[in-house]
This record gives sequence, C-alpha cells and structure tokens, in this order.
Amino acid sequence: MSVSVKIKDLEKSYDKVDALKNLNLEIRPNELFGFIGPDGSGKTTLFRILTTLILADKGTIKVGNYDVVKNYKEIRKITGYMPGRFSLYMDLTVEENLLFYARIFNVNIRDNLHLIDDIYSHISPFKNRRAGALSGGMKQKLALSCALIHKPDLLVLDEPTTGVDAVSRKEFWELLKKMQERGITILVSTPYMDEAALCDRVALMQTGRLMSVDKPQNIVDNFPENILNVKVRKMHPVLNDLLGFEGAERVYRFGDAIHLATRRDAGEMKERIYHYLAEKGYQEITISPLEPVIEDCFLALMENPDK
Amino acid sequence: MRTVLYILQKEFIQIFRDKSILPIIFLIPFIQLVVLSYTATFEIKNVRFILVDHDHSSESRKLADKFSGSAFFTEVGKTDSYRQAIQAIQKDKADQIIIIEPDFEKNLVNEKRAKIQVVTNAINGSAASLMNAYALSLISDFNKEIMVKQFPMHFKEMPIKLNSSFWYNPELNYVTYMVPGILVLLVTIIGMFLSSMNIVKEKEKGTNEQLNVTPIRKLEFIAGKLIPFWIIAMIDLLIGLLLARFWFGIMIIGNPFLLLFVAGIYLVLVLGLGLFISTLTNTMQQAMFISWFFLVIFILMSGLFTPIESMPMWAQKLDAINPLAYFIKINRMIMLKGSGFVDIQKDFLILTAYAVGMIIFSTMRYRKTT
Repeated sequence: MSVSVKIKDLEKSYDKVDALKNLNLEIRPNELFGFIGPDGSGKTTLFRILTTLILADKGTIKVGNYDVVKNYKEIRKITGYMPGRFSLYMDLTVEENLLFYARIFNVNIRDNLHLIDDIYSHISPFKNRRAGALSGGMKQKLALSCALIHKPDLLVLDEPTTGVDAVSRKEFWELLKKMQERGITILVSTPYMDEAALCDRVALMQTGRLMSVDKPQNIVDNFPENILNVKVRKMHPVLNDLLGFEGAERVYRFGDAIHLATRRDAGEMKERIYHYLAEKGYQEITISPLEPVIEDCFLALMENPDK
Repeated sequence: MRTVLYILQKEFIQIFRDKSILPIIFLIPFIQLVVLSYTATFEIKNVRFILVDHDHSSESRKLADKFSGSAFFTEVGKTDSYRQAIQAIQKDKADQIIIIEPDFEKNLVNEKRAKIQVVTNAINGSAASLMNAYALSLISDFNKEIMVKQFPMHFKEMPIKLNSSFWYNPELNYVTYMVPGILVLLVTIIGMFLSSMNIVKEKEKGTNEQLNVTPIRKLEFIAGKLIPFWIIAMIDLLIGLLLARFWFGIMIIGNPFLLLFVAGIYLVLVLGLGLFISTLTNTMQQAMFISWFFLVIFILMSGLFTPIESMPMWAQKLDAINPLAYFIKINRMIMLKGSGFVDIQKDFLILTAYAVGMIIFSTMRYRKTT
C-alpha cells in the first residue's frame, strides 16, 4: 500500500534558531523523493519529526491518513527509518541485528526475507560477522535491510550515502529503485547534488526552507543561464582571475574544471574569456559550452534564494 | 510480552559478549568480599612504640617487657632521649612513645606511686584512641600485679565484677559485621551503575534512534533493559552469600529466602534509581559520574562503616531516603540476628513503597520522543 506524505505549515526551532520555517510539501504515493541541502539545512529535523522522534512546534505531517503526533503508534508500524548515523548494534552480528528488528516488529523473518533479498544477499555471506566489523557500504546495506524487514509503506533514509564510496553509492541507489517498484514511498536526503537526478522529484533545502521543489529534469530545463566549462594547463590561479569577469553570474570550481554561468550569449562570452586568458599567459585553454546539470541549478538557487 | 523476551535475549548476548564488563560482574563478589572484609577493619594489630626508659630498673624492664610481649605492640626503638623519640613519630617510624620517669622503681617502693607518660600520634583519631586504650589496659594489668605483690594480704577482688557478653557477634569479629554490608554494596553497584550505563549507552551510540521508530512500547523497553541486571545482581548476591557461608564461616542465622526476597525488592528500587539517572544524562560519562555522586553519599551515610546512631540528627533524618541504609540494616538483622519478617516489617514496607514509587517515577520520566 503506497502512502502519501502531507507536510503543512511545519515549524521547529531549537533555542530560537529556526531549524524549519513554514514548510509545506506534498509527497505522492510511491514517489522517490529527495531532499538536497547542505549540513544544517533542516533535513534531519524534518525526518525526525516525520518519524515521531521529535515534536514540531507548529504544523502537521500526515502519512496516509495518520497524523505523526496523534497516530504515532501506527506511523511507527508502517515506517522504516534509517538514521544518518549508523544505529544498529555493533556488538551483535549481522544476522542477530536483522533477527532482532524482525522480532520487535513482530514479523517472521522467513516470510519476509524475500522482500529484502536484493539487499541482504550482498551481506549474507558475512551474517556471522559483528556489525561493527563491516565496511561503510555493508553497514548501510544492513541498516537498510533492518529498516525494510517489516515491509514498511514509507521508507525514510537520512543521508544514507554519506561516507560511502562511489561504487557503493551507485549500488545503493539501484536498490532504492527496486524498493520503489514494490510500492514503497521513499524519502531520502543527501548532501550530494549529483544524486538528485536519480529522484522522481527533489526539494532543495537551505536554512530550514524549501527553495524549489520539482522534477530534476524540469529544474535543469528551466535554468535560464548558460554554462561554460573552462580548462587550462595551470588551473590553480584561474578561478581568481575569472572572478568578477564581466557578464559572469557565477564562477566556481566544478570537478577538475571551472564553471562560469552567464545570461549572455555563450559564443560571445567564450571568445572574450579566451582572449582574456590568453593575454594573461594561460596555455592549453579549452572553453566549451555545457548543458547545465542539477548542481549548476542548485548553486544558482543557493546563491540567490529569491529567484 | 514476547517483545520483552526479545530485548532480554539481545541484552544477554551483548552482556556476555562484553569482554571487559563480563569478568568484572562475576569477580566483584569475590574481590569485594575478600578484600574489603579483611581490610576494612578498625583493629590495630601492630602498634609501633619507642621506649624511653629513664630508670633502667628491674621494675621498668618488667613494664617494658609487658609491651614488647604483647601481640599488639612492636618495639621499634629504645632511647634515653625524648627528642629522638619525638623525631621518630614525626618521621612516621613510630606510633607511640612510652616514657618511664627516672627513679620509677624507687618511687614505686618508697612513695607507692610512680609516673608513666604515653604519647600517641593522633592524626587518625579513632586509631589513636584504640592505641591509647591498648596501652592503658597493659598498664592497668601491670598495676594489678604490683598491688598483688606489694599488698598480698589486702588485695581483694573489686567489689563489682564486670562480666561482658556480646550478642550476635560474640567474638566482636569485624568481618562478621562487614560482610552483610558489603553484600548490599555489591548488588547496588550492579543495579545502579550497569543499568544506568546500559540505557544511556543506547543514547550515546545512537542505537535508540532506529529502535524508537519501532512499535516497542516504553514499558517493554524498560523491562527488557532492567530485568537482566536484576537477574545478574541476584546471582551475584547468591555467590556472595555462599562465600560468606563457606569462606568466612558466617552462618546466616535468619531465613536466607527472606533475605533474597528483600534483596529482590531492594533491587527494584536501585534499578529505578539507575533508570532515573539515565533520564538525566546523555552520555555514559555523565551517568557514571552521577551514579558515583549518589553512591558515595549513600555509602558514607549508610551505616556500613560508622553507626547511623552516632551521626548528627539531620544526617539521621536524611537517611530516610538512603536505600542502602534500609537494606544494610535489614541484611544485618536477618544474617546476624536471625530476625524474621515481623522484626523487619517496618523497614521492609518503607523500602517496598520507595521501590514502587521510584520505578513508577523514573518510568514516567523516560521518553521515547523528545
């Protein structure tokens, strides 16, 4: 059974610091929804309210027909939660952890093992190993297994890929897609902007507010600026030289290159930058116009929250 | 209900896997009883004294022999100089100086009276008064011998003859007195420290985060967390009682089952305290520190080392909330005096009410949601 999540007028502050400010959002049943934002943007606070761990100051969240405050018992039954910090027992084995979670959810592990087979098969060779002795990626898979063993309708994952290597991250997202096919509504937060493209819809969060909520493709399509990818032989000083270049909205490091965002014609800008850099004595200059990716859009949004 | 069993199972796996805590849990009864019972004693078996004999007569030698012949005294020096003797005390080479005046023997024969001075290092007051009492009893023995020798016809026994008998601990054995108290300490440490640390550990490690988003009910969680330590403490108490019986030869005069029953109730109180401490704290370090804070005060005021009756009134009143005071008293009554339920009824009922109140209060304070 797929559930929706309706967040209305949600507010929460810690000692006068606003962690969440007037949050309104509706997540559709069976959606894979991503929350992207830097540390301290309020993602974890939102998830903790949603999973009945803390209470909001104002506003409501409804999961299906259940209210997170009034019907917290039901919410706890249908929710699988994976906290940002690994929170299984390090001194229990893989199998003991899974068995414990199956039992306290009152489900038979044999009946439900097929549900998590895609994930558990990766770690079952190590089932007698203590959880504390697993690698980061393995730990995440075990935590995901434990969060899924009771066949939840809603899966909440707080930064599941933080501190996990690139290969494991890719694998993890593939697993999430598979879980989504089973009808589970999935909420996932991440500080990695490249992961946003893998979600059905994403919300960009900053200082407790939602900056934009849309399909990743729409965000890219609606982006009004052109991106120029700049590479030279000696990369080190080029960022400083390009900062404040006339017509540039933004200049920032992007991977091993520099991105320059502009609202002007890409061709004209490219010529001007080339001459400018050549005059400065740079060698092996390559400048190419690029389709913006979601990171470019988010960086623009974070810099100018009003747009 | 089944959930509690699952938590219990998990807790026991974790406890038995903890290679640093597990051995201590089962070594505690041995070490505490054996070490503390022998070391926590007020008896002084070795008073180091220096003799300053200014007389050098046969009488003064007789008196000196009385000291050096006693099992409690060891002569560590002989000198004619008072100053040298004082220096020995200052360097902590001696505890006591026995000074015999010049013409001791002559005065004794001619004037029928002579003087001896006893100087005692009184840094430790209670030890000093004991050492002093030992010396006085030797000197009064010596007195009696002189009287018998000098006035054989006149010397009669004193008109009132003192005949003491000590009940419940006829040999005034300090070990007998200490063991029941140490047993209480034992179950308190297990109950209060381990339970509070265990609950806070889930907070500190963050393992409660995922656990709290499960249908586990608060009561089930608390029961699953406290029952293991109730069981372990009872097993430790049993080991302690067996040691008391077969190592120290202390017969448990009263009903051992009554003792275990009271211990069971007392543990509920201690576990309630542990739970309360866990609701006050977020890290094991905090829990450890607060547990120590309470425990040290409870122990000092419990009557374990010093009788409650000799404490000031406010302290005696304060002991109304000291769980250790109740149980040490009850434990001594049952083990040494053979008291039955009727004798301990009043303290037992207070303890029970206290335990029920504490566990309810702490359970209400514990929150799954913050």
